[in-house]
Order: sequence, then structure tokens, then C-alpha cells
Amino acid sequence: MPTDSHFNRQAIRESSPIPVTINGQTIMVQPNDSVAAAILLSGIEMNRRTPISGKKRAPYCMMGVCFDCLVQINGKENIQACMTKVEANMDIRTQNGARLIHHDLNPS
Amino acid sequence: MYISENQKSSDTCVIGGGIVGLAISLGLLRNGHNVTLLDENDNGLRASRGNFGLVWVQGKGDTLPQYATITRQSAKLWKPFADHLNAETGIDIQLEQKGGLYLCLSEDELQARQAMLTKIQQAAKNDYPFSTLDLAQVREFFPEAGPEVTGATWCPEDGHLNPLLYLRAMTELFLKHGGKLVHQGQVISLKQQDKDFTITTQNNTVFHCGKVILAAGLGNQRLAPMVGLNAPVQPNRGQVLVSERVRNFLHYPTGHVRQTGEGTVQIGDSKEDVGLNQGTTLETMALIASRARKMFPILKDLRLVRAWGALRVMTPDGYPIYQQSLSNPGAYLVTCHSGVTLGAFHQGPLADWIANNDFDPAWEVFNANRFTL
Ligand SMILES: Cc1cc2nc3c(=O)[nH]c(=O)nc-3n(C[C@H](O)[C@H](O)[C@H](O)COP(=O)(O)OP(=O)(O)OC[C@H]3O[C@@H](n4cnc5c(N)ncnc54)[C@H](O)[C@@H]3O)c2cc1C
Ligand code: FES
Repeated sequence: MPTDSHFNRQAIRESSPIPVTINGQTIMVQPNDSVAAAILLSGIEMNRRTPISGKKRAPYCMMGVCFDCLVQINGKENIQACMTKVEANMDIRTQNGARLIHHDLNPS
Repeated sequence: MYISENQKSSDTCVIGGGIVGLAISLGLLRNGHNVTLLDENDNGLRASRGNFGLVWVQGKGDTLPQYATITRQSAKLWKPFADHLNAETGIDIQLEQKGGLYLCLSEDELQARQAMLTKIQQAAKNDYPFSTLDLAQVREFFPEAGPEVTGATWCPEDGHLNPLLYLRAMTELFLKHGGKLVHQGQVISLKQQDKDFTITTQNNTVFHCGKVILAAGLGNQRLAPMVGLNAPVQPNRGQVLVSERVRNFLHYPTGHVRQTGEGTVQIGDSKEDVGLNQGTTLETMALIASRARKMFPILKDLRLVRAWGALRVMTPDGYPIYQQSLSNPGAYLVTCHSGVTLGAFHQGPLADWIANNDFDPAWEVFNANRFTL
């Protein structure tokens, strides 16, 4: 549930909340929230650390262009949180630095 | 220092603030000249902002040995130049020169490349390092190379850098050393009376100088005839794909795919004749992507985040023009493709020529007369 967030939800007709976890902590969100909205409302202050300097980043443009909102979702890295809708029991985690692309080395 | 007053004079004016004009300007400042650099605005056509960042030796100059020579000369001068930029500006342009590979996807392509490089090697009396690798050898460099790769050519003198950081570092150093950078629109007229050049820009700003260097990329075509020079340069479009940042897995650059210091994968090598169109097309982007995936199947999971088209500055034979005007002494033309690779050469020996009039006769082959003879 929203705790120390700087953001407030507009008065909307609420649906039944669904659970997601952010870095292992369960929070309840609205089924139409984007992952980025869920993160901002949760009061968690960052969603990723940058690849070079390790600085903290939070969602910025909320419309898919700035790539500052990258997170890991259900084990997949570099997902844009603002372009992804929450799903029940989604496992959302901080993106730490650059993604590792998987070395699937089966040279034939 | 930025300039906006109406009339100005300096020893030397350089027209064009891309990587070629900046490298020459830095070399002139180093020689004690006072330099004004006139660069139009962001609507300009600017190869320096859209290129691939290779400092590339292999294959350069297959039909002109002197071009291979200056390319390698530049590659050797690159490390001290990059160190100097870093020491003066704190900007690390991510220069790496530990060799590069050109991957081939058919036996024919590989054989043609080997033959071409062998020819350059013979012209250089065997002083030209390269080798031809089969797939197993390619995989010693890139375990991820795909089964469709037939082999590669390897040259230990190849490298790459971050072209935007390079542009920025040069701009900062230019300003730090007292260069004057002017954005007053395009230069529209250029006249010489006695020893004095008068330059007028779109905004009606007027500059006077004793020497003028045309380094305006595609803009040289219009400027050159104003001082008795000829710059038959044509646009040639390249499209470039850029990926999300991923942890470093490509430890060497290739002719088609490279990974930047930040982890971005840059892909592209298309060549199209489409006039001044800087756009992208789905068809060409798909071709570039599919070729890259054959080279590195691991790229199939990579997300692309943007793409752009940029125009190369091409002479009819692809080689540079370095020339002083006969009818208007003091006016020089410097234009080339591969301005990244040649950057250290431009900042060093070429700028020294313009500053001190010590033209190396070996550079006579870069005179634009070759297009009219
Ligand atoms: C897709 C692509 C990939 C490339 N890859 C590589 C690579 O891997 N390695 C390599 O070495 N090279 C590469 N190049 C080539 C390299 O980018 C160019 O050789 C280089 O940028 C040319 O620099 P320039 O300063 O001459 O031209 P530009 O960058 O075009 O600069 C010319 C400047 O002059 C200004 N100008 C023009 N007309 C006027 C006027 N009348 N008055 C005032 N200002 C004017 C323009 O605004 C511009 O700023 C690539 C090019 C492209 C397009
Ligand atoms: S917040 Fe900008 S892309 Fe998601």
C-alpha cells in the first residue's frame, strides 16, 4: 500500500487491488497500474542503478522514451516499467547496471 | 568564448565544426594561430554526429597506397591524441586499439577480402599486418560467432572510439585554448582581396582572416568554387541501429557490429545513394539486423532502442581532398570520408602543413585535380 510516496493517486473508481512484489516486498496495486506507477506509489525511491556510475534512477518520462525506468520483471532484465502493466504476483526487482544477455553457446 | 558581434578578424577561419574542422582547428591552435571556427546550426548535415566510431585500418587504400599510409599514420598517432584530450578536458573518448575483425558470411566474400588485403600488403612491401581467420579462430575472439560466419580478416591496428565524446572533447579543448566558436548560420559568401578573406554568414555577420580552411563536409561543394577550388563531394547514406545497454560481451570491434564503453551495441554498414535524405527505412534496418544476427545469433534477444540515418561525405573515389587554392593562396580544402580514423592525422601533420606551409609532396595524390584530368 502507498506509504511514504511523494505521489498520490487521483480519485478513481478503484478495482480490487492485486499483489505484486518489489524487491521481495509485497504491495497492493490497482490492476491497471503500470509497473512504474506502482513503484512511484510504493515510496521506493529508485528502480535502477546506471551501468557506468551506479547512480540511482526513477521513472521519468512515463511514456517509453527515456529508458530511465528499467527494472527486472519475473527474471527478465531491462524492462521498461512505464510500458508494462502490473499482473498479480509479478516479481519486480531493481535493475542493477547493464543487462547480461544470455550466452547460449551451442555452436553447431 | 562565443562570438556574436558584427565584424571580426583573426589569423585563421575554419568553416565547418564537425570532427574534421575541429581537428584542424586544434592543430592550428597548437601552432599558435588564433582561430575562429564557423559552424552553421543544428539543421546542418553532420556526418560527425551520426557515424560508427571506427578507427579502421584494414582495407583502407586498396587502390591508393598513400591513403593506406596516412590511415596507418593516423592510427599510430591516435593514442597520444586521445590521451591529450583526456588530460586537457577530463573526457575519456573510449579509444581502444587492440585490433578488429571483419566478419564474412560467405567463402567468396572472405576470399575477395583476403585478395584485397594481400594487394595492399604487397603495395606496402609486406609491412602491413593482417591475417585471415576461419570460424574456429574467429571464435577465439568471439565465442558467440554464429555458424554462418565463414571467417574473418583480422588487423591488429584497428580500433574504435566514442564519436560523440570525441566531438565534445575537441570542442571543449578548442574553447579552453582560446578558439572562438561562432554559430551565425551558414557561410554564404567568401571573397579574397589582396591577402584578406572576407566571409559573410546567413545572419550577415562578417569575418576577416588571412587563411581560410574549408572543412564544411557536404557544404564544401558550394564553398570551394568561391576560392577557386573544386569539391565534388556527394552524400551517401548509412543507417545505424542502436541497442539497449548490455554487459560487455564484444571485446573487439568489427566492421558491422561494435559495443561501446557503456554497453550499447551499434550495428550498421549500409550504403545508399538517396540524395540529402537522412531518414531510415524498415527494409534496410531489417537487412542490417538480419546480417548482424547471422554474425552473432546472441543478438536475437537484444532490444533496439533507436536508429538513424546519416550522410557520408564522399568524393567520387572515396579518398580525401587536401589542397591549397592556386588562384586564392591562403584558402585550403580539407574533406574526407573516415574523419574519425583520420582525426589524429588531421590534428597533427595536416594542420602543421596549413600552419607552416610544409606540404608533404606525397599528399599530392589528394589534389582534386584527379577528378578533372
Ligand atoms: C553512417 C556513417 C558511419 C561512419 N562511420 C565512420 C567510421 O566508423 N569511422 C570513420 O572514420 N568515419 C566514419 N564515418 C565518416 C565520418 O563520420 C566523416 O568522415 C566525418 O564526420 C566528416 O566530418 P566533417 O567535419 O568533414 O563533416 P560534417 O560532420 O558533415 O561537418 C561539417 C560541418 O560543417 C557545417 N557546414 C556545412 N556547410 C556550412 C557552411 N556553408 N557554413 C558553415 N558551416 C557549414 C555543418 O553544419 C557541419 O557541422 C561515417 C559516416 C557515416 C555517415
Ligand atoms: S519512464 Fe521514460 S521510458 Fe519509462
